[in-house]
Amino acid sequence: MSVPVLSVITWAPFIGALLIMFTARHRPLAVRLIAAVTTGLSTVLSLWIYLAYDREAAGFQFHEKVVLVPPLGVAYELGVDGMSLLLVLLTAIIIFTGVFASWTVTVRSQEFYALLLALVTGVFGVFVSLDLFVFFLFYELAVLPMYLLIGIWGSSGQVRPRGIFAWAFRETGVGSKEYAAMKLTLYLLFGSAFILVGIFALYVFAGTGSFSFLELQAAAFDPGVQWWVFLAFYVGFGILAGIWPLHTWSPDGHASAPTAVSMLHAGVLMKLGAYGVVRLGMGLLPEGAGALAWLVGTIACINIVYGALSAMAQTDLKYVIAYSSVSHMGIVMLGAATLTEAGLNGSVFQMFAHGVMTGLFFALVGLVYEKAHSREIGKMGGFGHAMPGIAVAFTVGGLSSLGLPATAGFVAELLTFMGAWRSAHPWWLFPAVAGTFLTAVYVLRVAKQIFWGPPSPHFEHLDDARGPEWVALVVLVGVIVVFGMMPGLAIGPVGTATMPLLTRIVAP
Amino acid sequence: MAIAAALLTLGLPFAAFLLLALVPRLRRSGPPAGWVSIGAIGAAFLVAAAAWLAEAGGAGVWGWIPGAGGPLVTVGVLLDDLSRAMVLLVTLVSLLVQVYSLAYLHDEPRPALGRYYAYHALFAFSMLGLVLAPTFVQMFIFWELVGLCSYLLIGFWYDRPSAAQAAVKAFWVTRLGDVGFIIGIVWLWAAAGTFEFTALFAEAAAGQIPAAGLALTMVLIYLGAVGKSAQFPLHVWLPDAMEGPTPVSALIHAATMVTAGVFMVTRTMPLFALVPDVLTLIAWVGALTALLAATMACVEGDIKRVLAYSTISQLGYMMAAAGAGAAAAGFFHLGTHGVFKALLFLGAGAVIHAAGTNDVFRMGGLFRAMPQTGIVFLIGTLALAGVWPLAGFFSKEAVLAGVLHGQLTGPFVLLALTAFLTAFYMFRVVFIAFFGRPHDPHAHLHDPPRLMAGPLWVLAGLTVGLGLWFTVQPPAGEHGPGWLAPLSLGLAAAGIVLAWATYQARVVSADLLATLLAPLDVAARRRYGLDALYALLYRGAMLGCSRVIGWLDRYVVDGVVNMASAWSLRAGDLLRRIQTGVPQDYVYGVAFGVLVLLVWAQWGSR
Repeated sequence: MSVPVLSVITWAPFIGALLIMFTARHRPLAVRLIAAVTTGLSTVLSLWIYLAYDREAAGFQFHEKVVLVPPLGVAYELGVDGMSLLLVLLTAIIIFTGVFASWTVTVRSQEFYALLLALVTGVFGVFVSLDLFVFFLFYELAVLPMYLLIGIWGSSGQVRPRGIFAWAFRETGVGSKEYAAMKLTLYLLFGSAFILVGIFALYVFAGTGSFSFLELQAAAFDPGVQWWVFLAFYVGFGILAGIWPLHTWSPDGHASAPTAVSMLHAGVLMKLGAYGVVRLGMGLLPEGAGALAWLVGTIACINIVYGALSAMAQTDLKYVIAYSSVSHMGIVMLGAATLTEAGLNGSVFQMFAHGVMTGLFFALVGLVYEKAHSREIGKMGGFGHAMPGIAVAFTVGGLSSLGLPATAGFVAELLTFMGAWRSAHPWWLFPAVAGTFLTAVYVLRVAKQIFWGPPSPHFEHLDDARGPEWVALVVLVGVIVVFGMMPGLAIGPVGTATMPLLTRIVAP
Repeated sequence: MAIAAALLTLGLPFAAFLLLALVPRLRRSGPPAGWVSIGAIGAAFLVAAAAWLAEAGGAGVWGWIPGAGGPLVTVGVLLDDLSRAMVLLVTLVSLLVQVYSLAYLHDEPRPALGRYYAYHALFAFSMLGLVLAPTFVQMFIFWELVGLCSYLLIGFWYDRPSAAQAAVKAFWVTRLGDVGFIIGIVWLWAAAGTFEFTALFAEAAAGQIPAAGLALTMVLIYLGAVGKSAQFPLHVWLPDAMEGPTPVSALIHAATMVTAGVFMVTRTMPLFALVPDVLTLIAWVGALTALLAATMACVEGDIKRVLAYSTISQLGYMMAAAGAGAAAAGFFHLGTHGVFKALLFLGAGAVIHAAGTNDVFRMGGLFRAMPQTGIVFLIGTLALAGVWPLAGFFSKEAVLAGVLHGQLTGPFVLLALTAFLTAFYMFRVVFIAFFGRPHDPHAHLHDPPRLMAGPLWVLAGLTVGLGLWFTVQPPAGEHGPGWLAPLSLGLAAAGIVLAWATYQARVVSADLLATLLAPLDVAARRRYGLDALYALLYRGAMLGCSRVIGWLDRYVVDGVVNMASAWSLRAGDLLRRIQTGVPQDYVYGVAFGVLVLLVWAQWGSR
């Protein structure tokens, strides 16, 4: 092991953030170039490890270990298996395209990019770290900059206080970007408290004096302990994955966040939650996972249908997309809860597929907003004439989200359906399939309203995507279609990681 | 060789699509883009014809989604008698429609025309992929892609609100059927352990597929065909789909999209054969669809919609035959219908192109003004009415014979009645539009240009030629009792005579007929209330439900969160009041605390 490639992937954006803070003051172009180059480096290396990963050998590869605090058993230990490999690639794709999609941020762009890049280091770190202590540090690094990013660069919406809790809405200022930023941060920190408790519980009960994932995996935990630690992980990570009814930070947060942040948050950070449940919950606590799968799957079914119906009711374009994420994360959690090969592979594939498509969606919404200065669906219409490229990309994203074959969304949904029917709770299949139909209804309705029909009188001088913005659209659309047509590219390595995990849970 | 041929027919339109999709300059150039697509589909047709003549057969299957124990899902090609015939039909009709479109849409802006041909190339690829599919999953994949292409083509003029609405409606309604289809596929996979047709049929023959729940599984799979092949009650999207350009209607109705359902049922007949009750259901639904659609066609004034209802009606015939166990007869009718329905639609396109309207009551005397179109349209009409010796006669008789043989008297009666109505409504159009008094004597009506006339004559020639061929060499398969052919001819003749008496000789008043059949007339004009019912369900149930959920989420689920937050703020506010910053207050507090402690120490801790 000569070059610590995972460390380079992880820290390159952080170095970029430092460079931006210290060298690129008042030079917006330099800021963007540094961001593009450092994330580009991560992307290229992610692609390289994706190709170089030895699928025959499987297991954790590109291993790195530096002992940090020997008495406590804390070490800087990194490694990727087939599952994290795919998610590292996803993160790289989303941040790389996110930099291009937010090329036009002009307000304090230096700080914006620096925070964004610092955040990305946290995300990469979570996916590659094999030491739970370091994992948690990276996790917090991924969550916290969000507060500033939304609070400063976000946009506010309008929410009318109604119902019996109307006073609480007035009190908290629902709808403003400050409210959204605060809600998201507090909610996620509330979740990380559960995670922290869970991690320390594992550390104590294992009794090996180590935070190493591999050592904890070898430890045998009491079933009772497994049950409640899994529950803690499920609630803690589940909040980030948008599980019902702890999801309400997500629509507000994603709607208020600036483009690149929405892309990254809905595209990658929500996956962080699902990844946490699968990697730590199912990976370390097989019996706990087996005992609580019914809960995870049932809540996931609620997510799918409830999220889709909520998305249908929205009049603000960004809220539609945000609720669609709530619905699609249901597919991710459902696939994992089936505890079957098809379902779990589908779940990981859906993490990737949904990450890319929702990244694409938020990039597009950002572009539409930037040109039309409105997110009201009802006012829009006939944009297809002025922005054909954006219309095509939106259609591809929409088709993927409703699970149309030849897009990545279909593969994930098919596998999840197969897994659901083979699971211990076959009825999960029905809400899952119903969700895809409801998605077809709201996605096509929105697409029709925005891009089809006669040009809306409310808007003039709209134009299509330009220069750097095309990079984001082309890359994301390409990934959706390529992985949709050749799912083996992803399922191959993912399968090597999910099978050992499953055998530990299902084996008698 | 067979596999290579199949892959080539698949690959050519796909390559054309990729070229048009990825090279914007070519796509925006218009007619050259059209020629690329036409060239590809033409070459695919030649390959298909060669495969047909060589009777090439074979199958190839490759892994698509890997699994721990071998591939979980496979894809490939399967070329046999059934798919060979279908590939030939699909490529032929696609080719003719694409050539025709070049002239029909010559007024379109060039980029739009390029987009049109990109969709067409993708459509041909999708339909061929469906036809050649050796597994259920692959069939579903291309099934959905076919749906996507019809969505795109129906909504080709996307700035028209009605076209946008029709496109979305087509997608939603067929998707509703597909919900059943995908569940059925997954169930069948769980029961039989494979998606591959060959393996499934082998298991079916060996009786290895568990019988429990199989009937429901097959009903769900059939539901996919109900949506795609516009069977009652999911037929509502097809008449609206007329919003697309006319050549698109020809393609959707003749060779792609709607035929997919019938093809699927035919392809998987060994599985349906395991559950006779489901087959009976299919036959009844088919016959009912045929009759209902025919009655709606009788009261429709839009020439394309009449044809659309006639398609639904004929699809009912095909399904009824399949349900009666005579899948071959149904498929035979699919083939002949594909030819003459394409002819009728393209003929109608020529009429609309010249007259500038879809409304038959604003046409009239067209036969004299456009004799070529008149002749070919008449040939198509006679074939659809089932008049000897045209192709439609033989296939319709085969269907009726099959249904009769299947002991399904009820469906047979419905279908016979439909045969009468078919002749009536088709000749109603012919007499009003082609032979009536010219609506506008000064209109400059003319026969279509050569690019449009060519495909029309090819299809007309095929309709006549196939009929003559079958006269000389009767098709193999089921033949009904001796009275069947005279009956079916008699019904057709009766329909023609009634249409003539009503709309040409005017000895029977159309209004009188309408008054006599008033309830039926009103119901048919209102499309039996189905569209209204769906609209109600969509607005009331689905959107209503979504509003309720949306409201609950915002104001109750999130309300609780906000209340927790507001309470924290309030509690903080209250506690903050204690921090007054006045030293005396703090001293009072300390003194009070000491007092409490003293009291507690004295009496509390006994």
